[in-house]
Amino acid sequence: MTFVAPGASPAASADAAFAPPPAPPAWRWLGSRIATFCLVEIQKIRHDRTELVTRAIQPALWLLIFGTTFNRLHVIPTGGIDYLDFLTPGILAQSGLFVAVFYGIQVIWERDAGVLAKLLVTPTPRAALVTGKAFAASIRAFSQVIVILVLARILGVDFTTNPLRLLAAALAVVLGSAFFATLSLSIAGLAMTRERLMGIGQAITMPLFFGSNALYPVDLMPAWLRAFSVINPLSYEVNALRRLLLGTPGNLLVDFGVLLFALVLGVTVAAAILPRLVR
Amino acid sequence: MSGEAAFVPAPAVECSGLRYRFGDHVAVDGVDLDVRTGEMFGLLGPNGAGKTTTIRILTTLLPVVEGAARIFGLDVSEAPMQARRLVGYVPQQLSADGQLSGRENVSMFARLFDVPRRERPYRVEEVLAAMNLEDAADRLANTYSGGMVRRLELAQALVNQPRVLILDEPTIGLDPVGRDTVWDRLRALQAEGITVLLTTHYMEEAEELCNRVSLMHRGRIRAVGTPAELEAGLGPEATLDHVFRHYAGDSLEEGGELRDVRSTRRVARRLG
Repeated sequence: MTFVAPGASPAASADAAFAPPPAPPAWRWLGSRIATFCLVEIQKIRHDRTELVTRAIQPALWLLIFGTTFNRLHVIPTGGIDYLDFLTPGILAQSGLFVAVFYGIQVIWERDAGVLAKLLVTPTPRAALVTGKAFAASIRAFSQVIVILVLARILGVDFTTNPLRLLAAALAVVLGSAFFATLSLSIAGLAMTRERLMGIGQAITMPLFFGSNALYPVDLMPAWLRAFSVINPLSYEVNALRRLLLGTPGNLLVDFGVLLFALVLGVTVAAAILPRLVR
Repeated sequence: MSGEAAFVPAPAVECSGLRYRFGDHVAVDGVDLDVRTGEMFGLLGPNGAGKTTTIRILTTLLPVVEGAARIFGLDVSEAPMQARRLVGYVPQQLSADGQLSGRENVSMFARLFDVPRRERPYRVEEVLAAMNLEDAADRLANTYSGGMVRRLELAQALVNQPRVLILDEPTIGLDPVGRDTVWDRLRALQAEGITVLLTTHYMEEAEELCNRVSLMHRGRIRAVGTPAELEAGLGPEATLDHVFRHYAGDSLEEGGELRDVRSTRRVARRLG
């Protein structure tokens, strides 16, 4: 391959020894970077599994305490299904949200340690870096899915065992978590410090959770909250999960379309903001 | 002038009229730099002199706002992706990921630099061996000493087979043994033909390692030459330390920019 550097002097262009190695086609970058960052996340989880257990406690409490209690009260109209069944998809989405919304803290740590600067000096387009990191965050969320589904089954939740539907449900959690991770990365680029990101993360997590259909149907909400739930990607994630796991009515095309659109938007914004961290 | 043009290879690193501001503060103020292929070049200066900013522009972490920066003739603002493939970069901080093993740290960068799958395991082993880290390769990096982490970072930077290594304060905070091993590795790399650009404010390091040095102060290059040339320019008894003080004045007392000082102290603290 003859590499002619744009703007290079004729002498430099003629010196083939200094040509950079050939770059792979651009379409392969995204897949390769997502795979790399996901692999790194799996390696980290393998080295330290304590987080898998500690992160499972909160969703387990939601199912065990909140879910089983409200299951007896019968105060929330769920369209003829048990409240615990209704709640399980909501808790799956919520656990992904909680993991992802604080993922930016890790990136701020990487900034402080110089790791982020090194990543930004690799031939990785900013959008590919952000997408890779977002899917890496969803790997952690995905590990929660398995724990919650096992627990839900033990508690008697009757969800599908169709492997394709389970796979699609996992995809919904991955897309939703990846979007919230891009939100966290954008906030990290603006907040710049772990403390601020922690504060902002805590401030937005509960509104996102309560302003969705995770705990109750949107019909029960006041008009202003219902309006918020329409633009809240978490609602679409929960809708998709209920449709796939419980077979409730819904439009998967709309749900996955919104999640995908939100993710693309999130990646675009985070890719523009993230480099601020190393300036 | 002869009719036949002499073949002059492009400098490994070249900056011309480079200028960068943080708000009102001019961090880099018209820097011209010319690092020759195969040499070890030191960018010296007190904290806040603009060394790290210059390096951040060269490594595409900061945009080229004014002037030009080239790596082997390649304009870093026009072709950042290609330029990054020519560079191995080690920042000032201890930048290995402590939650991964040494091998995983290097392997990650092999993937990010698109080292072909079949070559990857060999390349990773090769650079780990070159940095004397084979025995510790499967240990988590957070169990490494400061000197080992620096060598691991060099292994990460080398897995791409870069043409130029850019190192920001490579031995800051290291004990004498760790420092010596890093120096040995750098000399070996230079012997293999890799160009090295490093920043330092240790004059001993510049004396020991660098073929040429450039003294930077308040965003400007104040002097360039071999350590011997710069010393001779000041007097028969002058050392590089005298040269440094001559050009930097008492600015060491001022301590440079707060964030540089903070960063330097953080690194020193983490290295113990």
